[in-house]
Amino acid sequence: MQDPPTVTELLEAAAAFLREVAVPQLSGHAAFHARVAANALDVVKRELALRPAAERDEHARLTALLHTDGSLEELNALLSRRIAAGELSLQTPGLAAHLWATTLAKVAIDQPTYASYRREAGT
Amino acid sequence: MSEALLRVLAKLDSPVKDIANLMRLSAGATNETWSLDAVRDAGVEPLILRRSAAGRGSGVLTLQAEAQVLSAVYGCNVPVPKVRYVLAPEDTLGEGFLMQRIAGATLPSKILRDPALASVRSQLASQLGRIAAAIHAVDLSRLPQLPLLDAQRQVQHLHSQYQAQETPRPVFELAFRWLREHLPSKVTAVLVHGDYRHGNLIVGERGVHAVLDWELAHIGDPVEDLAWLCIPPWRFGELDKPVGGFGVREELLDAYESASGLSVDPARLEWWDVLGSLRWGVMCADMPKWLRSGRDTSVERALISRRASESELDLLRLLAPRN
Repeated sequence: MQDPPTVTELLEAAAAFLREVAVPQLSGHAAFHARVAANALDVVKRELALRPAAERDEHARLTALLHTDGSLEELNALLSRRIAAGELSLQTPGLAAHLWATTLAKVAIDQPTYASYRREAGT
Repeated sequence: MSEALLRVLAKLDSPVKDIANLMRLSAGATNETWSLDAVRDAGVEPLILRRSAAGRGSGVLTLQAEAQVLSAVYGCNVPVPKVRYVLAPEDTLGEGFLMQRIAGATLPSKILRDPALASVRSQLASQLGRIAAAIHAVDLSRLPQLPLLDAQRQVQHLHSQYQAQETPRPVFELAFRWLREHLPSKVTAVLVHGDYRHGNLIVGERGVHAVLDWELAHIGDPVEDLAWLCIPPWRFGELDKPVGGFGVREELLDAYESASGLSVDPARLEWWDVLGSLRWGVMCADMPKWLRSGRDTSVERALISRRASESELDLLRLLAPRN
């Protein structure tokens, strides 16, 4: 068992250092990249919190939709092939709902401030 | 580099005494943009140097061709910087060209929020409509050989790029299928800027002072530029102002239609909206390759990869709206 602080707390401390200490002392490209680096740490933090449940749900939807089991990568590859072949389409019950749920869960990690996400998630 | 530049500047119309304020603006791995002032007895000339030491990769125009396009559209009611000199091998500066430096803002945050630009902001959408009409009216015989990238070819190109990424993306598959099923009819091919959006516009007190970055210029469907200008990632939070977060579509299209005499078919525009969002998504999804190959290991490049999901969301909003 790892001792405290948690990885989330470590990430928060590193991001706060970048934003509050490093960025004000930097200029130009370096300041810009330091701000982006802090944003990258925020993505990691959200992914640690949200990804396990999101992928468990995605996997359950995929096995129901495709009537088969496999890894997330295998199931997404299969879904992609079936959409490309026209075997599954937006008329297929459950497909649109699955793509919406999966995409919203991804953007919640990658970029929850994105305007299209805020509109759709009602945040 | 200063010495080589001085030798180049000595070839221009009047003798240059010195170079001042030489400064690199872009941090791109393959393209460099430098700002400099050529100092003469008569005064200071602000210049930009676009160069690439090793030449550009495939899929974009060479710097020489880009300079030719700029020179061709200069004087055609398209605001562009005047090209002053195209580098030759004996200049030992790689490929590139020198052009006039135009004052104004390029950062979207400044263009959208600077109080000094408040009065021009409301004019930008219609101005961009008139400029697009002027670009699309450029006589093709003035231009260098440019790639023909019509609707069908763009889908093919994007699809090969997506397949090479080897990451299955069901939403992209849905979009590819829709694009192929709804391919627009052929149109008279015109000069298309190819990257007509925030970041490539210089905005100042007279509105759009210049349209930059012509490296993706090609021959194709004019509606492509009108749609690309409006994809959601360039709205910077202003979702209901599709034209760069500063204007509505009617302003852009009304100005475009009255300047060009063409009418824009809504179905064709919708098709290019979908292609535009997919194109942005495929571009973002290409970034892990840059990171892993060492071509560009910046954290900015790494994080852009994670923006592919925003285009998946925008594609679903277009193809499978929930309400």
